Amino acid sequence: MISQLQTYLSYPFVRYALITGILIALCSSLLGVTLVLKRFSFIGDGLSHVAFGAIAIASALDIRSNMYIVLPITILAAVLLLRGSKQKLLKGDAAIAVISVSALALGYLILNIWPSSSNITGDVCTTLFGSTSILTLSKSEVGLSIVLSLAVVLLYVFCYHKIFAVTFDEDFAKACGTNTEAYDTLIAVVIAVIIVLAMKLVGSLLISALIIFPALSAMRLFKSFKAVTVFSVIFALVFTTLGLLAAILIGTPVGSTIVAADILGFLLCVLGGKIL
Amino acid sequence: MNILSTTDLLPGYHQAVLPEALSFTVQEKEYWCILGENGAGKSTLLKTLLGLQRPLSGKVTLNTKGIGYLPQQTPIQMDFPASVKEVVLSGCQARQKGFAYRKEEKDRADAAIQKLGLNDLQKRCFRELSGGQQQRVLLARALCAADRLLLVDEPVAGLDPKVSEELYELLNSLHQEGMTILMVTHDLNALKYCDHVLQLGQEIFAGKKEDYLHSTAGQRYTEAHV
Repeated sequence: MISQLQTYLSYPFVRYALITGILIALCSSLLGVTLVLKRFSFIGDGLSHVAFGAIAIASALDIRSNMYIVLPITILAAVLLLRGSKQKLLKGDAAIAVISVSALALGYLILNIWPSSSNITGDVCTTLFGSTSILTLSKSEVGLSIVLSLAVVLLYVFCYHKIFAVTFDEDFAKACGTNTEAYDTLIAVVIAVIIVLAMKLVGSLLISALIIFPALSAMRLFKSFKAVTVFSVIFALVFTTLGLLAAILIGTPVGSTIVAADILGFLLCVLGGKIL
Repeated sequence: MNILSTTDLLPGYHQAVLPEALSFTVQEKEYWCILGENGAGKSTLLKTLLGLQRPLSGKVTLNTKGIGYLPQQTPIQMDFPASVKEVVLSGCQARQKGFAYRKEEKDRADAAIQKLGLNDLQKRCFRELSGGQQQRVLLARALCAADRLLLVDEPVAGLDPKVSEELYELLNSLHQEGMTILMVTHDLNALKYCDHVLQLGQEIFAGKKEDYLHSTAGQRYTEAHV
């Protein structure tokens, strides 16, 4: 098995997949804690459907690097969703439901009316579940993913204390003069970036798993924000690597294997939490 | 010296919550209770004083750097994993420069922790503490944010009488040390410690406690709430 792994690792596309996959999982886990605590877990879900719609548009327009279309649309949707739920235009979860089903339906419609390839079902399946798209990344996509992931990590480290303050008590933070709206917008933009990145790894239907499992698992075991954040990252590193390697070795779909590994990890943490 | 004052302040969101504009002045080292029925506009006034909400008209003048705010607890905090130390330290967020807290901010948080007797609890998880302990942690956080003025929102909501009394004593000792306090409350026991009263509602009163207790507004309110 180890020699088999070594053979696989000698292929550059497998190494690219591992590096990008792990970086993406790391970013998702960082923001997961804040999203879960702010009751925003489903924003990730809603946004990934928006991203699906955006991909459909990009493919209908026959644009190769769809990242340049998908990213701005998803960021816009993220900002609107966060703002909208603040101003109570639409109740948070209802707004998300409306946006996500609309994007999903219209996206599929667009893909069928203006098909870009003969295999629509295959395209849709890849976009929704990731299947093997992480293994088919081009060099420029790998580069972009690495740059964006590093940017997310740096931003998070730099704003760590403020993110804590804004998540724990928004009113108090605001009374202290912290610009909470700017931080909320920042969080929304970062979520959108992560989702567009993570679609490559697990597909749009499974993104929430990358965001919530590390955070929920860490919250079972640890009691300070710092420990929870650090453990989320470790959790993401370990179980994404396991899932990716298992997928490559057994030949199962990458996205669902990673999520299966996350589920396993979550169950272990639940068990650990009960014992401790 | 006046520390906080309002001129013709009309707090509200789309529509005014008070029957008339409010002008009052809080001098340094005073202890005010802000009384009123539910819906009398207490929390709207509080948000306006803190600058969380813009008034419909008039203005708030603040003569000190920062207000130490003790808010009511939010549902998020019920399952938030945060240590006592982390919560208290977040009171220094306005002082923070760069991306980490510096030694002076950490010292400040330590001093607040000592002062409120939270030393043994500082590694504990905030959500696992009792209601009274949680209020003390949030009070320590407020002390990190400001030296001279505290704004306290319903501090004893949900606490049993003994713990409530302890919290009042604690606030009182801070007042004795020179802290100016504004407390929103509907608990008349709090009147024991304050020296000024602001009553909101159909009848508005702002002034010394003795005058309030002898005023018709004060007598009507206290009789209705005994």
